[in-house]
Amino acid sequence: MTSEPSGAGGFLVLEGLTKRFAAHLAVDELSLSVPRGDILALLGPCGSGKTTTLRLLAGFETPDAGRIRVAGEEVTDAAPAARRFGMVFQHYALFPHLDAGANVAFGLEAQRIPAAERARRTADALAKVELAGLERRPVGALSGGQQQRVALARAIAPEPRVLLLDEPLSNLDPALRERTRHELRTLIRRIGITTILVTHEQEEAFDLADHVAVLRAGRLEQVGTPEALYQNPATAFVAGFIGRMSAVPVRILAQTERVARVLLPGSDLVWEVDHPETLSGQYQLFIRPEAVRLTPPGAGVTGEVIERRFVGATALYTIRLESDAQIEVSAEPSVAGLGDRVGLEPQGTGRHLFPVGQG
Amino acid sequence: MSRAARRELFGWLLAIGLVWLIVYPLGIVLIEAVGGPGRWTLDAVRRFARESNEWRALTASLMLSLASVVGAGLVGVPLGFLVSRVAFPGRRVVGRLLALPAVLPPLVGVLAFLFLYGETGFAAHLVRAVFRLPEAPWRLQGWVAVLLVHVATMYVYFYLFTRAALSGLDLSLEEAAASLGADRRRILRRVTLPLLRPALAGAGLLVFMTSLASFSAPYLFGGGFRVMTTQIVATRLNGDDRLAMVETAALLLLALLGLVLLRKTEGRAEQTGARKGVGPAPPRRLAAVPRALAAGTAWLSAVVLTLPLATLVLVSFVPRGTWTTEALPPVYTVANFISLIRDPVRLAPVLTSLWMAVVATIGAVAVALAVAAFSRRRVKSRGLLEGLLAIPWAVPGTVVAIALATTFSVHAPFAGRFVLVGTLWILPLAYLVRNLPVAGRAVLAGARQLDPALEEASASLGAGRARTLRRITLPLLRPALAAGASLAFVTAFGDFVTSIMLYTYDTRPISLEILASLRQADVGTAAAYGVVLMSVSAAVFFLAGETRGATG
Repeated sequence: MTSEPSGAGGFLVLEGLTKRFAAHLAVDELSLSVPRGDILALLGPCGSGKTTTLRLLAGFETPDAGRIRVAGEEVTDAAPAARRFGMVFQHYALFPHLDAGANVAFGLEAQRIPAAERARRTADALAKVELAGLERRPVGALSGGQQQRVALARAIAPEPRVLLLDEPLSNLDPALRERTRHELRTLIRRIGITTILVTHEQEEAFDLADHVAVLRAGRLEQVGTPEALYQNPATAFVAGFIGRMSAVPVRILAQTERVARVLLPGSDLVWEVDHPETLSGQYQLFIRPEAVRLTPPGAGVTGEVIERRFVGATALYTIRLESDAQIEVSAEPSVAGLGDRVGLEPQGTGRHLFPVGQG
Repeated sequence: MSRAARRELFGWLLAIGLVWLIVYPLGIVLIEAVGGPGRWTLDAVRRFARESNEWRALTASLMLSLASVVGAGLVGVPLGFLVSRVAFPGRRVVGRLLALPAVLPPLVGVLAFLFLYGETGFAAHLVRAVFRLPEAPWRLQGWVAVLLVHVATMYVYFYLFTRAALSGLDLSLEEAAASLGADRRRILRRVTLPLLRPALAGAGLLVFMTSLASFSAPYLFGGGFRVMTTQIVATRLNGDDRLAMVETAALLLLALLGLVLLRKTEGRAEQTGARKGVGPAPPRRLAAVPRALAAGTAWLSAVVLTLPLATLVLVSFVPRGTWTTEALPPVYTVANFISLIRDPVRLAPVLTSLWMAVVATIGAVAVALAVAAFSRRRVKSRGLLEGLLAIPWAVPGTVVAIALATTFSVHAPFAGRFVLVGTLWILPLAYLVRNLPVAGRAVLAGARQLDPALEEASASLGAGRARTLRRITLPLLRPALAAGASLAFVTAFGDFVTSIMLYTYDTRPISLEILASLRQADVGTAAAYGVVLMSVSAAVFFLAGETRGATG
């Protein structure tokens, strides 16, 4: 189920990391290898263990099993202070009794850097996040976006080996979020720091990260580039979690070496699906909205438009097949109206077979 | 040993220390009441059960406490509503004045009451002078007097709790009731009061426990009216230690019973949902007549309830023997205060009270901080630690004093008992035990509000544990520490009930000196000491408030 990120140099390596809280297995034998300078997103729903993984990396929790290595040095049991990892907290955790400058200088102070250099590096860090000159501003007087940037400046000022971001954008207004995301991406790429980012939003993960690791119930489902995850989901869970997907039960009619012929339910429609592995048992076909074309009713007509949502350049149609299975199709807004009967035809890629019950 | 295991160990060690200091002495009282190992006897218990005086004192304690709850509620709740909900001239000033008794040691309130309404007090003098009576027209004694003092000093709990609850009450709840067609009275009965219930129950519990433990008022005003606290002291004075133990045990059980019963009526605080947008109800503007009425009531209450304190200040300027039959004292000087500073014998109690209160406060806050640290780290003993810290709250001061006096008058190191009675250290220790709940509550509440992410952020920025404590945790806990420390200090500084049982000549605190001055009819000196208690307490609260404001 796991595939190594491409170019596995292994600057930051997690080996069989396991963490249990009472009876609950929060992280289950998680192994990852992150090359130097890579940005890896840990993506998953609530309770998937992504935040626990980040806290294990930061050293706030100790794993029950497994190891963490950075640049060849083992840090599994090292105190947070000894790891030289920078962290941006979900709610920023800015020290409310210190001003912006003192917050940023805090880590430098702990490293006993002389005052003059400390001031210079604090100013640098603030300038990097475009808050130059705001050293004396109380953190309570900063806007949400500014607080987020002070938190980032504070984390990068001591020049950490790894940057950890816990849902860095979740606390911002939707309007601000996209701009901040863009700035964040530009900044961490410019610094070139190895970054682990936790998020439950696929868009955020895709936008910021070089690689995305999808977690589910503490286990790694798949890791890869955003494109790879989208085009070749390894499991039904990944297929369902990333991008839009309709799932319909299908019957396997035949299988050649790389292609399976499947019968859509309640119709005489037969589609060919790329599938290299041997098939056995019950299967579901996962279909991306853009992997199907609507055709005029005629041969192989099988569905009725029961919902149509306008999303701009295209519309999303929900087609009910005669078996009651539903498929979502993206097409031009003028192709069909509510209640029309339409035909379906596969196009491009974006159709995957997964066993029923997996996912 | 791993970090976590060491933490657990220290947690249990702290718990053992607290058990030794709090639970163990109480256990010894219970055991001594029935003779103790090798000398088991129910003799004292039988004597207690047979003696009608004892039952009378027990009933008196209970009835007095219940009556105090009712009386204080009847005064405090309406005043709370009046000041929070009705606009009238001087609302803020009245609001502050009425909260004054909360920051004063109980003895100051009692003393002030005595000076104004007592038979040699201001009011009596005035009436005598006006009507040319040969002696005071009333004697402020017996249960009525004690109850009056209780109501006049304890209404403040109901008052403050009502105001706090009203200010936290979401106006939209009352607006919702109004839009559903409920009139004012119905809203009050069906929405406002039910929502205030947890606060009122809390205030009631506080008044009940305070009143059950109350000593200065029954001691000074009781006369022949005995409650358990005064009964215990009298029995001990008679040298019947075993019977005193039984009485102490009975009072302890009564206090615990009261706590359990009242906790049950308290119920759970309702979840009132998200608090958003709408604040508390603003004070209502009334028509001219009701408004004048409201203002009159509020001002009159404020004057009646705070006039004793003004009297105390006035009397402190009256030299000894100059005030006999006049309506008002004819002579005012600062002689009482000067002798307080110049005369080393008079100054000694002030200094003694100061250092003992400081030591006890530092100790209590340190213990509270340690417990807070363990609570935050999720050690297994944390529930036990928090519980232990709260126990002395339910235990009347008299019981604490007797328990410590019994435990620490014997040299038995292997049983954890040392002779401390008669030394300098027994009173600071007693103050410390009594201070644990107030310090603990404030510090634990502060620690709970502290976002753990802040300490984690500090650690991930490379700060070690000492630096995180010094730069992040302590500065952020400062308001809570200031609140806990100021409450603890004021309680210890003005303590009377434990001091009267444990003091020696070298450690006599201000409260005992006040008593001595009263006995010698040196009212001016007693009042001067009272003013010292009052102003130091007020100054401490003011400073603590400044600290809070600075970081808030």
